[in-house]
Amino acid sequence: MSDATLSFEEAMEKYDPVLGFEVHVELNTKSKMFSSAPNVFGDEPNTNVNEVDLGMPGVLPVVNKTAIESSIKIGLALNCKIAETCRFARKNYFYPDTPKNFQTSQYDEPIAYDGYLDIELSDGTIFRVEIERAHMEEDAGKLTHMGGATGRIQGADYSLVDYNRSGVPLVEIVTKPIEGAGSRAPELAKAYVAAVREIVKNLGVSDAKMERGNVRCDANVSLRPHGRERFGIRSETKNVNSLRAVEHAVRYEIQRHAAVLDSGEPIVQETRHWHEDTRTTTSGRPKSDADDYRYFPEPDLVPIVASREWVEELRATLPEPPAARRKRLQADWGYSDLEFRDVVNAGVMDEIEETIAAGATATVARKWWMGEIVGRAKNADVDPGQLGVAPATIVELNTMVEDGKINNKMATEVLDGVLAGEGTPEEIVAKRGLAVVSDDGPLLEAIDTALAAQPGVADKIRGGKLQAIGAIVGSVMKATRGQADAGRVKELILERLGVEG
Amino acid sequence: MAAINRDDVAHLAHLAHIEMSAEELDRMAGELAVIVESVKSVSEAAGDDVPATSHPIPLTNVFREDVVGHTFTAEQALSGAPDAYEGRFKVPAILDEG
Repeated sequence: MSDATLSFEEAMEKYDPVLGFEVHVELNTKSKMFSSAPNVFGDEPNTNVNEVDLGMPGVLPVVNKTAIESSIKIGLALNCKIAETCRFARKNYFYPDTPKNFQTSQYDEPIAYDGYLDIELSDGTIFRVEIERAHMEEDAGKLTHMGGATGRIQGADYSLVDYNRSGVPLVEIVTKPIEGAGSRAPELAKAYVAAVREIVKNLGVSDAKMERGNVRCDANVSLRPHGRERFGIRSETKNVNSLRAVEHAVRYEIQRHAAVLDSGEPIVQETRHWHEDTRTTTSGRPKSDADDYRYFPEPDLVPIVASREWVEELRATLPEPPAARRKRLQADWGYSDLEFRDVVNAGVMDEIEETIAAGATATVARKWWMGEIVGRAKNADVDPGQLGVAPATIVELNTMVEDGKINNKMATEVLDGVLAGEGTPEEIVAKRGLAVVSDDGPLLEAIDTALAAQPGVADKIRGGKLQAIGAIVGSVMKATRGQADAGRVKELILERLGVEG
Repeated sequence: MAAINRDDVAHLAHLAHIEMSAEELDRMAGELAVIVESVKSVSEAAGDDVPATSHPIPLTNVFREDVVGHTFTAEQALSGAPDAYEGRFKVPAILDEG
């Protein structure tokens, strides 16, 4: 059964959306949050566990220091205050994803709070998202629902549990209600999650692979009539796990809420499940008294005290924020806004930076990556950086072109040779016999032949119509099977005809 | 601290997945009320200047270095499980949660 929706445009005419996000980030520590079992994705089920992860009686959790430091770094990168003292709490509930019947989390004392993130939208507009808190907790095990129709929980006969993920360190980042996004709400949603993902990746504290669940988003949406201050009732769409899905889920929920409100019905406060195949959400479960988690301070873990010295030490290790880095690189390279956006969207900013560091100019680096490599990567269905072109190769190819050893057309052939594993550019030039004919002897011979064959053109050039030279250059290039340096040919023709270039 | 009544006990029993008869609820409501009342006397002793204590020992920052230690094999992990299938714990489908 699918829900009624209004068109997005109509929903926007009638209502003002308010958003909120909870983004869970899995840290890439070697071991888990409270146990020394490995934090590794994709291993055989229930092999990365020990007695702590399985919640056996009498075990004692011990906090992973690196996880605390990573959490503080995330807090700092989100412009948060770092709590001088904070503690863990038990969130009590019965569900087989935790064998302890509680999740160790933080409740009234998050490690980081009161931050913000400035989000750049596609047209350059900056939108500030306020961060309520970032708190530490542990991930839960993974359930697979068996039987029933589609692996969904409805109609399942039983579930299988793998606790490898249980106890993996998580930082949950919670925004304050986001007002004023209007029709850009879906775009902002995507850009916000992308920015968080970029930040944790840049910090090196998470692998940040959404397809592996390293970054997971719960999206809250509510609508209110324009001009009303009080928020509407919200829905929470769980586990929207790709950037595109975040955008689509927010858009869909806005359209669905608008239809419910238009019909005069109240919105049910509930969790919703996102379905990528139909790009819709379905009702999960309503909020109930089962959500009474009876939080209380975790007695087995002592408080965390983040001294100001420690926080400052960690702050000093923070890398340049991604947005600041982009701004700096664009200025350094002298790219236009459009050129730079294309580079970022093509995912070759890092590669261009490395290529420039290897000795190419910004223009040359962009020409090669955007003009040659991105297209080849697309055909091969890999990321441009994964295609196998080393920055040094580009510099070598470009040097050969500048030295007149090969021309641009040959250079792309050499690039294909490199990608086919035929060797270094030098070796490929030799093997394929691609060197430009730089000995003037054969060139002059070809030029004389061409001039003799086209006396009219020769006269025009003598008469000052220099653009006619193309016909002669073309003949020479043809005669030398493209192996001449066109620039040198031009010079020699003018010399031959006694014309100033 | 608020007094505890029979409805509170029934609610907690439900949350804790404990089945209780009407007689048990009556009895527990009485017993827990006495306990809550007794604990209340502590609040009376501590003035406003005494913060709530969650950890009685003045210990902070007990950390472990991020080093991988021991693990169980899947067989060991599952050895106490009532039911298992292909290296995983097998549990009844739970329909009222998602």
